[in-house]
Amino acid sequence: MRLPPLRGRIREGGHPPPGARSTVRVGLPLKGGGNWSWTMSTRIDARFAALKKEGRAALVTFTMAGDPDYDAALAILNALPKAGADVVELGMPFTDPMADGPAIQAAGLRALKAGQDMKRTLSLVREFRHGDAATPIVLMGYYNPIYVYGNERFLTDARAAGVDGLIVVDLPPEEDVELCLPALNAGLNFIRLATPTTDDKRLPAVLGNTSGFVYYVSITGITGAAAPDAGKVTDAVARIKRHTRLPVCVGFGVRTAEQARAIALGADGVVVGSALVDTVRKSLDPAGKATTATAPAVAELVRTLAQGVRGPLKSS
Amino acid sequence: MTVQQIPNSFRTGPDEHGHFGIYGGRFVAETLMPLILQLEKAYGEAKADPAFQKEMDGYLAHYVGRPSPLYFAERLSAYCGGAKIYLKREELNHTGAHKVNNVLGQILLARRMGKQRIIAETGAGMHGVATATLCARFGLECIVYMGSVDVERQKANVFRMKTLGARVVPVESGAKTLKDAMNEALRDWVTNVDSTFYCIGTVAGPHPYPMMVRDFQSIIGHETREQMQTAEGRLPNSLIACIGGGSNAMGLFHPFLDDNEIEIYGVEAAGHGIATGQHAASIAGGRPGVLHGNRTYLLMNEDGQINEAHSISAGLDYPGIGPEHAWLNDVGRIKFLSATDDEALNAFALLSKLEGIIPALEPAHAIARVLNLAPQKPRDHLMVVNLSGRGDKDLETVARHLDEKMKS
Ligand SMILES: Cc1ncc(COP(=O)(O)O)c(C=O)c1O
Repeated sequence: MRLPPLRGRIREGGHPPPGARSTVRVGLPLKGGGNWSWTMSTRIDARFAALKKEGRAALVTFTMAGDPDYDAALAILNALPKAGADVVELGMPFTDPMADGPAIQAAGLRALKAGQDMKRTLSLVREFRHGDAATPIVLMGYYNPIYVYGNERFLTDARAAGVDGLIVVDLPPEEDVELCLPALNAGLNFIRLATPTTDDKRLPAVLGNTSGFVYYVSITGITGAAAPDAGKVTDAVARIKRHTRLPVCVGFGVRTAEQARAIALGADGVVVGSALVDTVRKSLDPAGKATTATAPAVAELVRTLAQGVRGPLKSS
Repeated sequence: MTVQQIPNSFRTGPDEHGHFGIYGGRFVAETLMPLILQLEKAYGEAKADPAFQKEMDGYLAHYVGRPSPLYFAERLSAYCGGAKIYLKREELNHTGAHKVNNVLGQILLARRMGKQRIIAETGAGMHGVATATLCARFGLECIVYMGSVDVERQKANVFRMKTLGARVVPVESGAKTLKDAMNEALRDWVTNVDSTFYCIGTVAGPHPYPMMVRDFQSIIGHETREQMQTAEGRLPNSLIACIGGGSNAMGLFHPFLDDNEIEIYGVEAAGHGIATGQHAASIAGGRPGVLHGNRTYLLMNEDGQINEAHSISAGLDYPGIGPEHAWLNDVGRIKFLSATDDEALNAFALLSKLEGIIPALEPAHAIARVLNLAPQKPRDHLMVVNLSGRGDKDLETVARHLDEKMKS
């Protein structure tokens, strides 16, 4: 009978040791002996602290790395902060994005078709950082491309490239030992999604190892689907805030400046994704290639959304 | 370096987190996580409730038609000239495949949980048909996601599902086959969390599905043990089954995993040949990765992007395999083989002519390897093949294929 080293491949990411609890709280002993919540402050923490002083919510943009190609994606990325994006989420393309709607699915496939892979995604971040040292960058996507790249290597390279945080859709707190805890150790924020199905009993587990901000998914559904009801969202954000002092950003289904404004009144940030990647798609030529209109069209929408978010000053 | 010990038992998995060794787990979006925990709890309670088992037993006997026969394939055995070959006749179940064993369990569980809307993914359409059947029986709404390529190549099953009152949704994303149908079912579930029960068709997906589907399918192996005792006064020497996600195989194998002297073979789909890259053999041609809620062997590229699988058989056309199989491969308890499209077609024709049983193309892959294995075994070697489904659904595919062969 063959006796392979069963745990060989997983070493780098870490597999739950027997008896490991997956809902480890802040205060967990980390490398260097500290408690990360006060040993580490990232660009994300700094940005939200600054916005709090300004008394306004953040505009968080999502675009796909490599969509529609590397150079056009870099041009889009570089244009985002000037147009009013406060935090930049960059999608890591994946063939099987099970929580995404048609718009983001298509964006990922465009990027893959143009040759995007994890190395090139990290290199996009690196190039962006040459011109921007302050805007936080969060990589968002699914676990498999990270796992195959190698968790340890990924964390090292991402950090070196200038990544500040990660959102990995298919890593719930039950799997924190995989990547969340190593990411915190590596000095990256691990931003978790909270959803309408996350009840008060479960929230502490979801928030336990979350840092940077909390991403509240405003609907049960996939990205780009129904618009959220602003009133319900405000209540949900208030509920989450009873459990955490982290900023709470709200996303899924926000497309217009008016929607962004309504959400911004009750949250620390508004995430817009599908509307931006739809704008990318509409700017392409019949062969699906980027045009001179691509980056400006995205920037224009971001400017409008930013006005929406900044519009009414929040009473402090 | 630590050497992995052979466990005392191969039948104790998964652990409380749903892991089989490094495989399995619960890699799903947060929206689904509470539902999966709720399902795990509900299944645990049902399993411990004698009334649930009694209800299952009743429908298994009178609606599904169990036990399925263990049939001595005399002419196939004579043709091979070695092992005594027995067929476990899962194709005689109501709806024509093993899939119904699992669907019955999940639908009774859905009823216990008060769920009125059932969704499923399907490849060959057999799981979809079984789900549509039991939803009709219990008056539940049924939505089946099916890749548009599969809708085309399994037309008869699409019509069966519609006749049974199900809505069949053709999936146009990706390769338009089973993997994409599963993505779309997961997207539905994320959207309709309160009303909906996701009835997964194989031993894959997030915990507790691989365990739960295995438990429901294990009736195949339990019956086989008893039937072989009755027929031959002893246990079989070898077991063999085809592998899509691995549910018919796990159902046969699991009750025998700790009978260490029994050889166990899983047969993956080699499509046009493993070397061509156009196949669906995730153990032979894949590596560990994470998809559809579990860690397992997957067909993928260097960047972790999932490759499209290829098999003539829609039910095997999936780039992954259940996590328990992945583990049993690594610890060496199951030996994984493969069979090409052409070998399966040949076995399909041969079994039809020799035994008067037209197999589905999926178990035809297992029969193809029996044709090599059985001749090498002595006459007193007892070999059991899981005949997981009947071939009616595949007649058009086979006819088209033979036509093309004749033309070329
Ligand atoms: C008859 C038959 N056998 C086998 C399979 C493959 O699935 P599994 O490996 O889960 O048994 C299918 C799937 O559709 C099937 O219809």
